[in-house]
Amino acid sequence: MPLFEEGLVSLSQKLHNKEIKASDLVDEAFARIHEVDGDVKAFLTLNEEAARSEAKALDENGTAEEAILSGMPIGIKDNMVTKGLKTTCASHILENYDPLYDATVVDKVKTQKAITIGKLNMDEFAMGSSTETSSFAITKNPWDLERVPGGSSGGSAAAVAAGEVLFALGTDTGGSIRQPSAFCGVVGMKPTYGRVSRYGLVAFASSLDQAGPITRTVEDNAYLLEAIAGLDRHDSTSADVPVPHYAAELTGDIEGLRVAVPKEYLGAGIDESVKGKIRTAIKQLESLGAIVDEVSLPHSKYAVPAYYIIASSEASANLARFDGVRYGVRAETNDLIEMYKKSRSEGFGDEVKRRIMLGTFALSSGYYDAYYKKAQQVRTLIKQDFEKVFQNHDLIVGPTTPTPAFKIGENIDDPLTMYANDLLTIPVNLAGIPAISLPCGLAGGLPVGLQMIGRPFGEETLYRAAHAYEQTAGFTLTPAKGAMNQ
Amino acid sequence: MSNFETVIGLEVHVELKTKTKAFCGCANQFGAEPNTNTCPICLGHPGVLPILNREAVDYAIKAALALNCEISRETKFDRKNYFYPDNPKAYQISQFDQPIGRNGYIEIEVDGEKKRIGVHRLHLEEDAGKLSHLEDGSGSLVDFNRVGTPLIEIVSEADMRDPKEAYAYLEKLKAIMQYIDVSDVKMEEGSLRCDANISIRPYGQKEFGTKTELKNLNSFTFVEKGLAYEEMRQERVLLSGGEVVQETRRYNDATKTTTVMRGKEGSDDYRYFPEPDIIKLKIDQKWIDRIKAEIPELPDARQKRYVEKLGLPEYDAMVLTQTKTMSDFFQAAVAEGADAKLVSNWLMGEVSAYLNSNYKTIDQVPMTAQGLAKLIQLIEKGTISSKIAKKVFKELIEKGGDPEEIVKAKGLVQISDEGALRDMLTPILEANKQSMIDYKNGKDRALGFLVGQVMKQTHGKANPKMVNKIIIDEINKL
Repeated sequence: MPLFEEGLVSLSQKLHNKEIKASDLVDEAFARIHEVDGDVKAFLTLNEEAARSEAKALDENGTAEEAILSGMPIGIKDNMVTKGLKTTCASHILENYDPLYDATVVDKVKTQKAITIGKLNMDEFAMGSSTETSSFAITKNPWDLERVPGGSSGGSAAAVAAGEVLFALGTDTGGSIRQPSAFCGVVGMKPTYGRVSRYGLVAFASSLDQAGPITRTVEDNAYLLEAIAGLDRHDSTSADVPVPHYAAELTGDIEGLRVAVPKEYLGAGIDESVKGKIRTAIKQLESLGAIVDEVSLPHSKYAVPAYYIIASSEASANLARFDGVRYGVRAETNDLIEMYKKSRSEGFGDEVKRRIMLGTFALSSGYYDAYYKKAQQVRTLIKQDFEKVFQNHDLIVGPTTPTPAFKIGENIDDPLTMYANDLLTIPVNLAGIPAISLPCGLAGGLPVGLQMIGRPFGEETLYRAAHAYEQTAGFTLTPAKGAMNQ
Repeated sequence: MSNFETVIGLEVHVELKTKTKAFCGCANQFGAEPNTNTCPICLGHPGVLPILNREAVDYAIKAALALNCEISRETKFDRKNYFYPDNPKAYQISQFDQPIGRNGYIEIEVDGEKKRIGVHRLHLEEDAGKLSHLEDGSGSLVDFNRVGTPLIEIVSEADMRDPKEAYAYLEKLKAIMQYIDVSDVKMEEGSLRCDANISIRPYGQKEFGTKTELKNLNSFTFVEKGLAYEEMRQERVLLSGGEVVQETRRYNDATKTTTVMRGKEGSDDYRYFPEPDIIKLKIDQKWIDRIKAEIPELPDARQKRYVEKLGLPEYDAMVLTQTKTMSDFFQAAVAEGADAKLVSNWLMGEVSAYLNSNYKTIDQVPMTAQGLAKLIQLIEKGTISSKIAKKVFKELIEKGGDPEEIVKAKGLVQISDEGALRDMLTPILEANKQSMIDYKNGKDRALGFLVGQVMKQTHGKANPKMVNKIIIDEINKL
């Protein structure tokens, strides 16, 4: 059995007892990468030399017991800046960018001596739901190489599913952790907005972006979130709320938990195969003592258009700094305006350009009230929908995505269909609340994701419910080894 | 007499002298080597986030209170989007619809007339970097030291009706900023910058005329001159049947004229929207009270006190309170026991003359308030004559020190001993008998000549009053 399938707690203990070495873990990561990543293409940049020497140092000096991540191979999404390790956001405009500092989340896992294996592919600037908008590579779903891994954290989810790393960090602006986790059969948590520092995440939509863990199991996820969460003086939107020891919540007891199932989440546009798996999962929660109710989130149908206005508006400003003046790619011309135009035209891909234009338009004088302001009002209504449900419920449950992973090339030329893929995940970002996606079986050989949505800073409840489900469902999903080799 | 009424509004940017920049920990310092006070945050690197400097908010509240503004209890920041190489994020963090201060005013005085000029709003924002263009046209260089320096923008109401009022408004604004010590307010270093809007309209018309905006106003005098030119130009356009075009114009001091910089169609859409990286800022009464307590007596209050309590003429009080350093110096000298009016005379006369001709301010000379007070007291006591005092003053303002010591060291003590004076006078009067006779015969000027002879021979040290008395005594004896 590959080491990574043992899970964090067991590996950490063995490492501490010197039954295994950090080098064994790093060896396994690179062996697996060399074996499958030519097909999966989860990684953009490998950190092999540094990773091996860090592992060696740990083997010589030992690990501290309290640092549970110590020696564990981790993959970092390529929109989190890593000092001295190229960070591209999967965009030509940053193809040669070496950051001057570490993102807070990177700093936190480094402090615990987790070992960075490399930087993971994504949709360019996290704009996309399939990792197809990456300027450098198309990542494949380890379950079926003809299918997308989801996005934008497609590289992170694929690398975990393929066993290339023990776990990975992703970011979620409209579903970018949960949707690829669902497509790849792994566990992905989008924490409450403010739970995890955004310092060092290359901003896409600042009021929505949130980093989170992608792991094989709920337990690993709980440990990784605990490690990266917390107030950060570099991010004034990070919350001054104590970070619980989430793993302590994994009791298996959900007796009396009040679970809401929004009828919109099992309605039109959701694949029957997905609905079936979700209903089965809900029954299982009921059998564990949860009390299940149907509820309504009436404004969720407006979430996708509101999201694309807000996120694109913020993105149009956030991505304006990529102007060729100080870093990144600069087109050589003698005229300033030409230099801006050429650098940005050559540096950005189509999807990024589309969203910059959309956002620029929405913020323009004369349109602001009709678009940006209206979208913010919708956002408030969506938030209120959730607040209402949470008055009488502890948890909302539904599918993460309307369908299992789609085929590469299937939606890329149809942005509206692609955007609609996020209809179940986007409302959560607009409301700023936490949600987890975990596997609930296979449909047609492809993983289906179960989404659990919680109250602000209710990650503990999510972990407790997700863990109870995971343990009794009796599986973690592992794609057949053969699927990854053509 | 013109048929048109002039309408002027000013936009002033004041750099705040906080220890660090508005949104990062870099030093806020003028004149450092280019690009040394920078970090990933102010350079706009990917992933960075702004952290609001509370000191900058304190200063902005202080400025707003000193300008009699209402303070917004809830305020926020917004992004102002535009591309330019001196603007690393391609947006400036500013405040759009919830400025820190609103509805204030500044009291000005022009030709003895007092007037209140409204302050429409005051908001906090960050400064841009500095671009310089290579002379051979081969490129441009950018210095990011200044980027992120906290600025307040103070927008006046269109309440000014004369370029002189604009000048007075700026003088007063500058003085207030100095008094509350939030800025160096040096136009030459760019810590105070001004743009002016001006339009004219027929007297009696309610609606404003079409305005033009003036830029490149590098001194208060340029502001006044530029506005005066623009006033004349617009009038000429209207009288010749033309229409004023809304545009931005640049003042050129060499020609004393304004020229078109860009038209209205060149005006930008900044696409303001709320800055999602900075949480809303709540300013409670406690915060406002704390800042209020830090505000010292402002120029208007001092001016009033100088007139009412110290008996100074209005004009003296106004001039002395124009800068805080001068006003502080004045107060310190009065506190040393010198007569207020005499101190005022010295400061507005000899001292100002010296400072102006040497391009210095009162805090840049070695003379202390104590020194000047002592000098004045030496004159009052009769230790030195006012003529000698001028010699002592020259030494005092150039080298500092104790006037009493200077007088002693230079042997400048006035001779007021009657016996000694009579001994000194006898030979002089002997030699000038004819003048004594002339005076007696009604030739008044002769007395002045005699006194002059005595002062000349005593190197000005003789007490002139006593010399006068002795000479008249002697003449009467003739």
